Amino acid sequence: MKKKSKIKIKKSTLTTLITIAGIVLAYIIMTLLSGAGVLSNQMKGLLVPICAYAMLAVSLNLVVGILGELSLGHAGFLYVGAYTGTIFTVAMSDIITNDILRFVLGMIVGGVFAALFGLLIGSAVLKLQGDYLAIVTLAFGEIIRSVLGNVMYISKDASGLHFDFNDGSTLNSADIIAKGAQGITVHRMSTFLIGIILLIIIVLVVMNLTDSRAGRAIKAVRDNKIATETVGISVSKFRLLAFTVSSAIAGVAGVYYAHNYATLTGTKFDFNFSINILVMVVLGGMGSIPGSIIAAIVLTILPEKIRFLGDYRMVIYAVILIVMMIFSWNPKCIELRKTVSAKIKGIFKKGGASKKEVQ
Amino acid sequence: MKKTVKVLAMVLVVAMAAASFAGCTKGKAGSGSKDDKYLIGGIGPVTGGAASYGLAVKNAAQIAVDEINAAGGINGHQIEFKYEDDEHNAEKSVNAYNTLKDWGMQILMGTVTSDPSKAVAAEAASDKMFMLTPSASSLDVINKGDTIFQVCFTDPNQGSASAKYIGENKIASKIGIIYDSSDIYSSGIYEKFAEEAKNQSFEIVSTQTFTSDAKSEFSAQVKACVDAGAELVFLPIYYNEAALILTEAKAEGANLKFFGCDGLDGVLGVEGFDKSLAEGVMLLTPFSADSEDEKTAAFVKAYKEKYNDTPIQFAADAYDAIYIIKEAIEKSGVEPSASVEEMGAALKDAIVQLSFDGITGAGKKMTWTANGEVDKAPMAVVIKDGAYVSAE
Repeated sequence: MKKKSKIKIKKSTLTTLITIAGIVLAYIIMTLLSGAGVLSNQMKGLLVPICAYAMLAVSLNLVVGILGELSLGHAGFLYVGAYTGTIFTVAMSDIITNDILRFVLGMIVGGVFAALFGLLIGSAVLKLQGDYLAIVTLAFGEIIRSVLGNVMYISKDASGLHFDFNDGSTLNSADIIAKGAQGITVHRMSTFLIGIILLIIIVLVVMNLTDSRAGRAIKAVRDNKIATETVGISVSKFRLLAFTVSSAIAGVAGVYYAHNYATLTGTKFDFNFSINILVMVVLGGMGSIPGSIIAAIVLTILPEKIRFLGDYRMVIYAVILIVMMIFSWNPKCIELRKTVSAKIKGIFKKGGASKKEVQ
Repeated sequence: MKKTVKVLAMVLVVAMAAASFAGCTKGKAGSGSKDDKYLIGGIGPVTGGAASYGLAVKNAAQIAVDEINAAGGINGHQIEFKYEDDEHNAEKSVNAYNTLKDWGMQILMGTVTSDPSKAVAAEAASDKMFMLTPSASSLDVINKGDTIFQVCFTDPNQGSASAKYIGENKIASKIGIIYDSSDIYSSGIYEKFAEEAKNQSFEIVSTQTFTSDAKSEFSAQVKACVDAGAELVFLPIYYNEAALILTEAKAEGANLKFFGCDGLDGVLGVEGFDKSLAEGVMLLTPFSADSEDEKTAAFVKAYKEKYNDTPIQFAADAYDAIYIIKEAIEKSGVEPSASVEEMGAALKDAIVQLSFDGITGAGKKMTWTANGEVDKAPMAVVIKDGAYVSAE
């Protein structure tokens, strides 16, 4: 006991360390399993999406859990990032030949564009009170999907990029890189290692932001706006910062996600996609970063693991989801869990005590 | 105490995740009994908005597999067929592909829709697995690798064939188009149609679009076509929306002709649709359920008996796909014990030598080029008295 008190580690720092240790541990275990050849194809294929969803859940948690605002258009930011980042990597493929460098630059491009949109929306809406952010982000997500995934045609030749917002007929068909609904053909570059590195960076950024002075001010507004204003804290700047960072992370995650599949089209980034990420945040616990990551892992694996149910798969998935929500967040269930765990602890303590007595 | 609990919980979760990750890799190596069976996998949407297409493929493929197995299998070996849901989503489709690989899949009959198919094709190409898609018509699918083949026409093929047919037969001189700009199939056909139209005698007077989010009301699009003076409206879309457009045109009192592609096949089966509205509608399709061809009639009968539904063109494509795989295996003589790559290499050489007589060939034999494209004649049919009749 004395040893512990010597080195003083802040509780929040400890959580960050444990989270990162968990991620690294998960990476080591997966790599070992994969190396030993016991990792199933299904799971190998899920590693990259899991990382992407974990990043998305962490970034949305920044808005929902820390900022206390509801965002229903996270897929929109993801798609902006994915789209711009992919356009960059595809257009630059003959100029920057190093895959990793191009990929990283693509992520930066995607992150910056998503952050710009986050800034735009945040600066207008975050000053308002009420549900306006939810409404505006919902609309934003749909608009982005309709524009980029429908009527945006981009071609690239020696003189640069050309755009067409109708049907691409004005462009030279051989140079077209983004074809409306037919999407962008992507060169696959995402790996598990890149995902883990990104996730660690993102966790560090988000947790640091949460624990900083800005983060405390943001949380104070979330809990009681009037009280915070009375002590003279002006927080609109910090709130905007948090929202922009969240958008930027979603953009980076989007670039990473998009480069795992051969094609990028808008159809999958719909309202349901945003809700899916929101479910991860809520299930993992609002404000809890490790919770978000765990929920992202569970909710990505679960629908694949219950494939044997056949036609009833999605029904059972929904039921499991409801049961999980009730079990983890219903006050009665929490109470029940506490009493049960106290009883178990009691048994162990008794057992331990009796052992000592015997000795 | 709280910290230890947290650490414990974290470790537990990681351990549990690891356990589920590892699973038990079922494969050919593990189970000897599977060695004398061909394992064919199928992928398509059986839930969500595109479920009707995926289900049709699943059902029809199952009929073909049952027939082949009942008749003694391929070269004396039975087929095992397993179908996985992809929700019409590229990510889930790749997951389904990996799941089937764990099951031991050697040949893929899928995927059903174009966008997921592109993603899966890239995976199949890197595994060198033989992939035969019944209905993913985008050129990008077969361009992913040399072991990927199609049963249906490619979109460009349909678009230019339609434009040529209208132009050469002088069906109309002023054309309106209504297409789904959010759909790969629809926009793919439109693009080539518009390109080919420049070489033809007719003129496109109006191009109207809709998206998958707003496809229940078409008065604006139909009105615009009428106002522009269109005589014929080209509909490179699926039959559900087409039925609404036909109803709308009737309500407007517009005197329009309609021309569609294979997606329009099935319009007569739409529930609550007045069949008389479809009189005179022309479409290019490789299959019609009312055909008097012996094979087609037998298939339609079996499908109706088993699933109580009239098969759509997707079903016919899938039924053919299974038989194409059968013939390709027979031609190459590849054994079920062969690895995925060996089978892929053998089948891709065998399929280009095939001359396949199926139910979607419009009476002609189908052949394949090495790049995966099928060569079959699109058949122009016209709807007369509530039935498809050859237009020639």
